[in-house]
Amino acid sequence: MSKFIVVGGGLAGLMASIRLAEAGQEVQLFSIVPVKRSHSVCAQGGINAAANIKGENDSPDIHTYDTIKGGDFLAEQPPVKEMCYAAPSIIYMFDRMGVPFSRTPEGNLDFRRFGGTLHHRTAFAGATTGQQLLYALDEQTRRWEAEGRVKKFEGWEALSVVRDDSGACRGLCAVELTSLRVQTFPADAVILASGGPGQIYRQSTHSMVNTGSIISSVFQQGALYGNPEMIQIHPTAIPGNDKLRLMSESARGEGGRVWVPKRRGDGRPPREIPESERWYFLEEKYPRFKNLVPRDVASREIFHAAVDLGLGVDGGMVAYLDLTHIDKATLNRKLGGILEIYEKFTGEDPREVPMKVFPAMHYSMGGLWVDYEAKADGFLNRQSPRNQSTNIPGLYAIGECDYQYHGANRLGANSLLSCVFSGQLVAPAVQSYAKNRKGGDASSAVFESERKRWEERLDSIGRMDGPENPFALHRELGEVMVKEVGIVRENAALGRALAKVMELRKRWSKVACVDSSGWYNHPKLFVNQLHNMLVTAEAIVRGAIERDESRGAHYKPAYPERDDERYMKTTIAEYDPGEIKLSFRPIDASLYKPVARHYD
Amino acid sequence: MSIELRILRQDTADSAPYWEEFKVPESGRNMNVIACLMEIQLRPVNKAGKKVNPVVWESNCLEEVCGACSMVINGRPRQACSALVGHLARPIVLRPLSKFKVVRDLVVDRSPMFQALSKVRAWMPMDGTYDLGPGPKISAAQAERIYTFARCMTCGCCMEACPQYGPASDFIGPAPLAQANLFNQHGSGALNKEERLAQVMDRGGVADCGKAQNCAKACPKEIPLTEAIAELSLETTKQMFKDLLAKGTPQSFGGPA
Ligand SMILES: Cc1cc2nc3c(=O)[nH]c(=O)nc-3n(C[C@H](O)[C@H](O)[C@H](O)COP(=O)(O)OP(=O)(O)OC[C@H]3O[C@@H](n4cnc5c(N)ncnc54)[C@H](O)[C@@H]3O)c2cc1C
Ligand code: SF4
Ligand code: SF4
Ligand code: FES
Repeated sequence: MSKFIVVGGGLAGLMASIRLAEAGQEVQLFSIVPVKRSHSVCAQGGINAAANIKGENDSPDIHTYDTIKGGDFLAEQPPVKEMCYAAPSIIYMFDRMGVPFSRTPEGNLDFRRFGGTLHHRTAFAGATTGQQLLYALDEQTRRWEAEGRVKKFEGWEALSVVRDDSGACRGLCAVELTSLRVQTFPADAVILASGGPGQIYRQSTHSMVNTGSIISSVFQQGALYGNPEMIQIHPTAIPGNDKLRLMSESARGEGGRVWVPKRRGDGRPPREIPESERWYFLEEKYPRFKNLVPRDVASREIFHAAVDLGLGVDGGMVAYLDLTHIDKATLNRKLGGILEIYEKFTGEDPREVPMKVFPAMHYSMGGLWVDYEAKADGFLNRQSPRNQSTNIPGLYAIGECDYQYHGANRLGANSLLSCVFSGQLVAPAVQSYAKNRKGGDASSAVFESERKRWEERLDSIGRMDGPENPFALHRELGEVMVKEVGIVRENAALGRALAKVMELRKRWSKVACVDSSGWYNHPKLFVNQLHNMLVTAEAIVRGAIERDESRGAHYKPAYPERDDERYMKTTIAEYDPGEIKLSFRPIDASLYKPVARHYD
Repeated sequence: MSIELRILRQDTADSAPYWEEFKVPESGRNMNVIACLMEIQLRPVNKAGKKVNPVVWESNCLEEVCGACSMVINGRPRQACSALVGHLARPIVLRPLSKFKVVRDLVVDRSPMFQALSKVRAWMPMDGTYDLGPGPKISAAQAERIYTFARCMTCGCCMEACPQYGPASDFIGPAPLAQANLFNQHGSGALNKEERLAQVMDRGGVADCGKAQNCAKACPKEIPLTEAIAELSLETTKQMFKDLLAKGTPQSFGGPA
């Protein structure tokens, strides 16, 4: 029996834990929040699988192609293929776990349409699909916990990994949130499943713990980061000052229409603006995919209509998302949950009044670079220890924190899929790795020195007493990222953003810890997270500067075309305390030839 | 405009609680209680102008789906992220849930709720996660009913509101009971219905409920808890007769508890 550590109890981490427990292995599962409260609960719209039970001749091949094209030909193709072929079995697994997927009148699984495809391919459970999937895995994990196979460390934050003299990962260093005790944990391999870095952007749709801090930390320890600049801006979020809540793509999947008034400065309430004076710009420009173009396309069009043409609602980067033409019973049945959210947080009823929506940072396609092993037929060798492995031996990454499946833009409802799939794929990989690993136990000295390093670092943070407030610095970071590293990217603005990030890094050394307590001191841990977010931010901005083309979510008006010759390559970021180094690595595009990406 | 807050604070798990008042700037009508607490982090001084440690609380999703941010707001247990200040009487009074141990300030230890889910075996007894094809067909109505109960986010508001639940009682509380009932009715979960019933027939099970219905009223997800508890009561009674007739004792769990 081997011992594995999983960091993160979202969909990816729980799936990996369950698969390892099933295989008779011992799992230690670390999570800042009780796993049932992980960010995966936020996912609303659904999970994709070409189960083809709608009579549309859908197939895993078409799903693979839609995903690769949706990602603008930046994803390594074999892992995408393997994932899309596994997707139907993943839905059926959840079905057996008791997930209350929405049903057709005959009692079959129902599927809805999402962006970037012409097929009904998205299975869903009411308006809280991620929650329902996460709960199913949470329940199964609890079952393994009761059997003693999984041991949970909830309320612990991973700080770094422990590397031996050869550089291999031999365990984890973590801190308990209450006692602030730093401890190391040996393991045969460590799997990171810590989710996305949304907190780097102000008011992203991410949850509070999604700082990506541990990812940045292992990046600083030598792990490579792939495609940092590929950040998805979701076209339809709803206003709020602590966070922009998502208005799921399912609103458009069920017939929601996006429009702005045709006349600049038209201040009439939306219901008083007649049909003829509304501009349904997505329907007009994309007659085939209409309101269900991929997210990067929709966000850019809203930006164009609102900012370039000045047609934004109330003069802002705001459009209407209109459901009022659909009858209320249908809306309540299909979208009840998300409409309640809108109502609860804005006080307006979207069944009566068109919703005001605007773009918000939503997802990071980029993440830790991970490997895979393909076979001649384009599928993966499922037993290979290379699958989901970072460049640090014994360190693996899965879920939103890896870079692997979505290229330059993620299609809606493909993330839950990639989280669960990578969780499944990593289990045999780490077991193969553990079986073949040479060398005996790591010396206790490497553990002790890592523990000491963090104990001292947290102590020194506790003593920081400068003039800067860490939470205020965090806001400044978030604001500059939203403003300069968003939908439209200009090299001059990116240069300003980089200067700002570097300035914030200097000012970081002048923060005050704000909290003097030795118990459950959240600000103390936050100061460290902030430092790590600043490092990731530097990688994002540098990646964006370096890529002089437009591809997927990365849009540079000065370079409006995709440049496959130079950039159909993964951006690889490597940490250097002075300046993060970037290079480009060719991808395996042997399955589908890149074509121009059109949705009209 | 500014917002006044009165917050019941506690420095450690076993120190004495104390009230502290704060004043934070109001920024728009969609501002929620979490945004107020974030303002305190930005400027950690109390109303009297004294520098203090910022208030700590738990939250994650900020959209009322993760269950983390429960606290007692103006006397009512609810989620702080969906409590918009525009709808709240001032000063806004915040205190931690009283039915759980305080960790610090507004953070409480709700692990007893997760342990209760283990106790009632709130999971499907599946053979494995490998590919065994789809599950059973179920009607749209049945799926919707299951969904209603499956939305429980273990936030603890119902537990706070229940007069029977608390440190001094063995009562397991409404949320875990509703989960037990959910798995009894659903798919292969029904296969270990008897084991689950045996657990809730124990002390601290369903018979302790005073049927005051406070729980259902407090649930932010409007889960019909009393309905579930009534069903479970009925099932438990039936099971008791069955057990009596069989002259056996209620079956207990195999395996580790
Ligand atoms: C509002 C919203 C709606 C979405 N809707 C959809 C959808 O409909 N379909 C879809 O496919 N995708 C959707 N997504 C994307 C999808 O939800 C996420 O990409 C996915 O859930 C990420 O899962 P994960 O397992 O990688 O990580 P998460 O669910 O983010 O979990 C991360 C885990 O890591 C832990 N963690 C983090 N750092 C540490 C640390 N240092 N130490 C210990 N533990 C740590 C956390 O506690 C948590 O348990 C949506 C995203 C958002 C924001
Ligand atoms: S009905 Fe029962 S569970 Fe609900 S509040 Fe009353 S006593 Fe508690
Ligand atoms: S039943 Fe409702 S109030 Fe009780 S824990 Fe679940 S969601 Fe919260
Ligand atoms: S923060 Fe998740 S419910 Fe409020």
